[in-house]
Amino acid sequence: MSMLTIKNLGMNFSGFKALNGINLEIEEGEKHAVLGPNGAGKTTFFNCLTGQLKPTDGVTHYKGKKITGLTPSRIVNLGIARSFQRINIYPKLSVFENVQVALIADKGMMFNLIRPGAALFRDETAKMLELVNLSAEADETAGLMSYGKQKQLELAIALSSEPDLLLLDEPTAGMSPQETVDSIKLIGDIAAKRKLTLLFTEHDMQVVFSIADRMSVLHHGELIATGSPDEVRNNQEVRRIYLGEHADDAA
Amino acid sequence: MITQRNMILLGIAFVALALVPAVSGLFLVYLVTEIMIFALFALSFNLLLGYGGLISFGHAAYFAIGAYACAVLLTTLGWPFLFGFGAAILLSAVSAAVIGYFCVKLTEIYFSMLTLAFAQLVWAIAFKWVAVTNGDTGFTGVAVPGWMDEPVRFFYFTLIVLAVCAYMLWRIVNSAYGMTLVATRENYNRAEFIGVNVRRIQLVAFVLAGTFAGVAGALFTLFNHAVFVENAWWTQSAEVMIMSILGGVGSFVGPAVGAAILLILDRSLAEITVYWPTVLGIILLAVLFFFPEGLMGVAKKAGRKGK
Repeated sequence: MSMLTIKNLGMNFSGFKALNGINLEIEEGEKHAVLGPNGAGKTTFFNCLTGQLKPTDGVTHYKGKKITGLTPSRIVNLGIARSFQRINIYPKLSVFENVQVALIADKGMMFNLIRPGAALFRDETAKMLELVNLSAEADETAGLMSYGKQKQLELAIALSSEPDLLLLDEPTAGMSPQETVDSIKLIGDIAAKRKLTLLFTEHDMQVVFSIADRMSVLHHGELIATGSPDEVRNNQEVRRIYLGEHADDAA
Repeated sequence: MITQRNMILLGIAFVALALVPAVSGLFLVYLVTEIMIFALFALSFNLLLGYGGLISFGHAAYFAIGAYACAVLLTTLGWPFLFGFGAAILLSAVSAAVIGYFCVKLTEIYFSMLTLAFAQLVWAIAFKWVAVTNGDTGFTGVAVPGWMDEPVRFFYFTLIVLAVCAYMLWRIVNSAYGMTLVATRENYNRAEFIGVNVRRIQLVAFVLAGTFAGVAGALFTLFNHAVFVENAWWTQSAEVMIMSILGGVGSFVGPAVGAAILLILDRSLAEITVYWPTVLGIILLAVLFFFPEGLMGVAKKAGRKGK
């Protein structure tokens, strides 16, 4: 059985079909990239999977359990965590607290009125920050760090929910070439170490080919191809629609 | 450690309060008792505003429910003090749970408006249900237990209740729950996506705040031997918000300090000028423009500069 089974997923914004008839299966341990130009519906797709949006059509099962219609927090509790294309952290809290509160939530301590929060999961928080190379920034105010470091922090927050399936929405968007290379290596290492199943959107071909073992192409809200990177690269329709439009990226 | 220093300062404040009856006349004993009651009310309110980022326009409802319930249970029904006092607080908690259940379904201005609507409903009940509340005449002649019916003793009773409640609130805002509540204030969406049921976190804040407001309300009834419909009117909700902003919502003790300032100004200025509300308006404008973090914000900055 697949880890994630998406059947006929559709999202209709008062007449505009942002997503239409999406069918996709993600196997456990798979690193699956969703490729598509800006406006193809990638973020809407993620929002529909994670409960941020309620899809107008279709149903998604995670480990055999229907997750369509559940709230974001329930879906996270089932083991699906995500990062966002636009940085989504607690900008006024310290880097340490950003991760610590995610661990408090993950360990089910969030309704504990007695135990001092600042003393909880300090070792685990430190380990998590070490994993994403933010140990030195632990006491900094999260929102004042560089863009790339805020992205790393967001990854740490998502990982703190101990997901089995991690959704990353354009993990390298807005990064410098060097930051992109570094963070892709980091994500690949972490995914391997933690045996994560990865579903990520990306518009940069290089990034996709460096970590994905399967990929899909989203175009105007529809999946036009799914397969191994090589299969997709050689798909006629993909070449015509996507690579044709972005010949420079493909080269 | 800063927290240790704060604890010492708080300790000194409580000792200073405890000495008030020994060194001053009855006027000050009454004033400080009232300040302590409203300090507790403001501290409860700040759990919502300061820590949860939840702007309630109807916090007076839980103060009034605690106050009326205490009056009715002790007087009309003749319950023993501890049962009546406890049940009044419990009733505030339950009301906050029921009302909060609906309010936290909404966010921002819609949340605020719904808290106001429910509070006005509570006011309307207090106003119209004459048989129980005595309507706009007010519920007077509350059966306060004899041992408490003495200003200095009641002062110490209030001080102890305030100390216990403030300690509990302090533990709550620093707990794992308190940290999660702050996270929901800072970023609702991110909090949802670390698996936090944000509405439920907010509901707990609503119930806790309502409970401690109920304690303040019950104390108020015991202090005045009376409770009036004005205590449920929306201006009472506005007053607690003014106290919090004056003192500073970003600090734990800020709202309590604000309560003291407002009541002291009220007592001293109301005697000098009939335009006291105008003066208050000007003070509030000045605070909002020049010291948006309130008096405690100013004190903190001065403290940092001093080091």
